[in-house]
Amino acid sequence: MAVKNSTYIRRNWQLYLLLVLPVIYFLVFKYGPMYGVQIAFKEFNFFQGIGGSEWVGLDIFREVFHNNDFFKALRNTLLLNLLDLIISFPAPLILAIMLYELRIVWFKKFAQTILYIPHFISWVIIGGIVLQVFGTESGFINNMLTGMGLDAIPFLSDKHYWLVTYLLVGVWQSAGWGTILYLAALTGINKELFEAAEVDGAGRFKKILHISLPGIKTTIATLLIINLGNMISIGFDRPFIIGNVAVRDYSEVLSTFVYRVGIESGQISLATAVGLFQALVGLIFLLGANYASKKLADESIL
Amino acid sequence: MSERASNRIFDIFNILIITFVILLCLMPFIHIIAISLSSTRPIMSGLVTFFPREFNINAYTKVFSDMAMIRSLGFTIMLTVLATVLSMVMTIAVAYSLSKKDLRGRKWFMLIIVITMFFSGGIIPDYILVRNLHLLDTVWALVLPGLISPFYMIILISFFNSIPKSLEEAAEIDGTTHLGTLLRIILPLSLPSLATLSLFYAVGRWNGFQDALMYINRPDLYPLQLKLYQMIQNNQVSELMQQEGLGMAQLMPESLKAASVVFSTVPILIVYPFLQRYFISGMMVGAVKG
Repeated sequence: MAVKNSTYIRRNWQLYLLLVLPVIYFLVFKYGPMYGVQIAFKEFNFFQGIGGSEWVGLDIFREVFHNNDFFKALRNTLLLNLLDLIISFPAPLILAIMLYELRIVWFKKFAQTILYIPHFISWVIIGGIVLQVFGTESGFINNMLTGMGLDAIPFLSDKHYWLVTYLLVGVWQSAGWGTILYLAALTGINKELFEAAEVDGAGRFKKILHISLPGIKTTIATLLIINLGNMISIGFDRPFIIGNVAVRDYSEVLSTFVYRVGIESGQISLATAVGLFQALVGLIFLLGANYASKKLADESIL
Repeated sequence: MSERASNRIFDIFNILIITFVILLCLMPFIHIIAISLSSTRPIMSGLVTFFPREFNINAYTKVFSDMAMIRSLGFTIMLTVLATVLSMVMTIAVAYSLSKKDLRGRKWFMLIIVITMFFSGGIIPDYILVRNLHLLDTVWALVLPGLISPFYMIILISFFNSIPKSLEEAAEIDGTTHLGTLLRIILPLSLPSLATLSLFYAVGRWNGFQDALMYINRPDLYPLQLKLYQMIQNNQVSELMQQEGLGMAQLMPESLKAASVVFSTVPILIVYPFLQRYFISGMMVGAVKG
């Protein structure tokens, strides 16, 4: 049923009015920077502005791909994400299954309340806590080690130990919160399956292995795919705040590299090009991941 | 071994392990609280673990009498309220319009918004834009760039769509306008999800750090996170200088550092009970429909 244009507008102009400011917001603050991306192909300076700076073709990208620090940041981004995937990905899964097996309701609720807290603490605060806990001179752990007559471990100043610190802090921060989606999926499993298994004499481990895990395998796979899709994107706060000059060989990732090169050293075009490279590769990863998870969803329906 | 007994053993081990994980989760907080309430001497001798030694509240007296710290707290509260209110108004506006399936051009509006979830100009073009708009060193640099989250918008659209259409249609027959329907029918029915999204926005703003680092240089506009970061960072530098024998920089006592960290954590812990209740339901909506 077609409505005459004038009638349609008279009835619905308020809906368009509501859209005006949000659309302006997206155009200015999201598409504005996309227009600005052209300076990755220009020799940018602030006086001539985005439009007025001189085109230099792919020169900036040539510079990027001859920059060793860029490759180091790229390697570190992939390395830290991969290690996170190995260490931090299984942690919430295991924790969720253990929480699901708890039979004392108040204890389960209490455990969840406590375990979610770190997710809401900012990285700046976590950084402050990390110094107190992992510091070499007067950190909590090293105080205990030296108290037992052992050598202090340079958790924050040796780059290999720093990797361990980075990963542990990541697990501490994210494992509890990560259980939520798994717990939701576990709650969705048909209770009769567990009862039937009990009748057949299956123990707790058998039930976990043959009912719980298969019951949430789509959730696991989907989260895994999302993680893989985000392999090249990395948050800024965690590596920037937990990292320091002594361990920059490992702690400098693409996000912190762009900040340091662009904002701190003022190589605006170079940093923009690195950002653009990351955004484009990230887009390909993300679309691939989207495609894969759609495929997966289709199959699980069949 | 009977099945009952093996079940019991499984339960006991499970509870023990989870108790241990809970302790691991809490220990850093307890340690830092203990440090903040101890004197310098036992801290430096490494005697403080989970209980304060030579208990005193000097560090907290200092934090609360530090005007810059108090001002930063006040500014951060103001900033968080301002950003959350504006974000919610804008998110509600866009989500309500786009929840109308028969809105002409809806597909195009959705498209221009969803594209921004997959591709962005990057932080340097963001910075140039904020600079060109003369927003550097203003509160708006911390409010406007993140005004609407497309992800939260989608959550809200799917919530609006779950409200029975008959309610809206009844209002329309009575001659109520779209805005009237939104204000009098839709919003009152959406309070739980509005609370969820407000908390999402508020926590994000409260914990936000990178934008303040990039856009704010004036100390009186430092949000708490940036203020805390600089305190800890400057102290690390002074410590290094002292170790290298490059002069005796003024060192901040460990207890003061710890007290500042606790000071910045408490506001989050105060709202945490609300957070927990709403966030989980919000996460579910996002997971199922988003």
